[in-house]
Amino acid sequence: MGVDNPLGDNVITTSLDLLVNWSRKSSIWPMTFGLACCAIEMMATGASHNDLDRFGIIFRASPRQSDCIIIAGTVTKKMLPVIMTVYEQMPEPKWVIAMGACACSGGIFDTYSVVQGIDEALPVDVYIPGCPPRPEALLFGLLKLQDKIMKERNSFGNAIGLGERYIPEAA
Amino acid sequence: MAATETMTLNMGPQHPSTHGVLRLILELDGEVIVKVTPHIGFLHRGIEKLSEYRTYHQILPLTDRLDYLAPMSNNLGYILAVEKLMAVEVPDRAETIRIIMAELTRLESHLVWIACHALDIGAMTVFIYAFRERETVMEIYELISGARMTSNFFRVGGLSQDVPDEFVKKVSDFIDVMPGYLDQYEGLLTTNPIWLKRTVGNGVISAEDAIDIGLTGPALRGSGVDWDLRRDNPYSGYEKYQFKVPTGENCDTFDRYKVRLIEMREACKIVRQALDRLKPGPVLADCPQVCYPPKENVYNSIEGLIHHFKIASEGFPAPEGEVYQGVEAPKGELGFYIVSDGGNKPERLRIRPPSFVNLQAIEQMSVGSMIADLVAVIGTLDIVLGEIDR
Repeated sequence: MGVDNPLGDNVITTSLDLLVNWSRKSSIWPMTFGLACCAIEMMATGASHNDLDRFGIIFRASPRQSDCIIIAGTVTKKMLPVIMTVYEQMPEPKWVIAMGACACSGGIFDTYSVVQGIDEALPVDVYIPGCPPRPEALLFGLLKLQDKIMKERNSFGNAIGLGERYIPEAA
Repeated sequence: MAATETMTLNMGPQHPSTHGVLRLILELDGEVIVKVTPHIGFLHRGIEKLSEYRTYHQILPLTDRLDYLAPMSNNLGYILAVEKLMAVEVPDRAETIRIIMAELTRLESHLVWIACHALDIGAMTVFIYAFRERETVMEIYELISGARMTSNFFRVGGLSQDVPDEFVKKVSDFIDVMPGYLDQYEGLLTTNPIWLKRTVGNGVISAEDAIDIGLTGPALRGSGVDWDLRRDNPYSGYEKYQFKVPTGENCDTFDRYKVRLIEMREACKIVRQALDRLKPGPVLADCPQVCYPPKENVYNSIEGLIHHFKIASEGFPAPEGEVYQGVEAPKGELGFYIVSDGGNKPERLRIRPPSFVNLQAIEQMSVGSMIADLVAVIGTLDIVLGEIDR
């Protein structure tokens, strides 16, 4: 390719962004946090038939260990402060997936007790429609999140105080 | 010696073993539980209130989302209540398919129960196995209704459509292999010393207490009370089927586990009997005031289209009165109580969810035991927050 390669195949040259993003997207650890019906499909996605482990997606029971929260189900006004607390406990960088119609927009529950979409409170990265979405839909949403993570620029530099972080628009 | 103080601990609503968004305030003396106070309402969606603004058919999709592990049982309970109110006779084929689906739903619900219960106690393999079988039930759901979980398949007077041809083979194949899978779970759990240590003698509730609290379903039968609505107050033609109602003796978590496993085997037998009874015929009652017209009429005639439009947009007026219909859902007695003022919407729809009543037993079952045993108690009660909070 016109470039001398004195070290043979022992060295891979890449950009820091690419390396950081690649390692982040290959180990998305979502919170084990089910709210309603969608949580069952989330469990089904993680179980034998669909198997999330092959994408490096492993559910963690503590917000301190996770970097993604899947809002799987109806968010009520009573539940919202709890979700906010859990979200704030998660370390940066963190991503939010709104799974299902209720988390996206309130769904069929346009009532006094239901928050009309989690995006009223949290910055959502991926919206997955469906009531509930099929496991394949959740998988697709997680792959979209991976694509989105790959498009981020300078998040590492920003973390050590160099320049601005570029975050792409919601998928 | 100094007096010891009790400690108050918050468990949930974000906790992997509270099966959703249950919050428990625990009072602990060391590691021993002194008091448990459940806090509910974190999933209150206002389904009962929404129902007052929906026509009788429009309420059906809401019932799917009550106990989302057993959508068809909820549909069945609600539809039977409306049919009782409207005095509609259901054709034999529709009734049989309803029973097949209700029993498959029981299997599905119990599969998720055994998966989560075992996972909470530490047996991850069972979770992986049980979800493998659940996927087959979901495929059957999808085959007949197009949706995996929120099926919305029954209609007042019958079914939304007839089942496809491959339905019988698919169900038949599944219930042929299912007892073998149940043997697998039993092989993993029934004689497993860790499982026995965690479940035998855990969560004991006597038969009198269980009746006083109003427990129903496997939680009641585990305490040795022989009560099953399918046999003792039959609905939807259950009186035509032969099945055993298992009961426990020691009133503990292990007995409830055994009861549910036997129930799953009995469910397979009921499905087999129902498949044998399945005859061709109509799946919707001939009752034009209440039922949707057949799809051929809707697509091919203006009268059929108007008829469909009227039922879908206006619904049908129900006679003034009150009805209650209880069904044996996988978790216990699921009741729908409809008060009608003569309009096309119910004046009040009250749902008696089994999990809500069963949750009351948590205090009696767990006081005096260790905090780790509480996880097993929550698992054995098999609660679903969707129907507790509604």
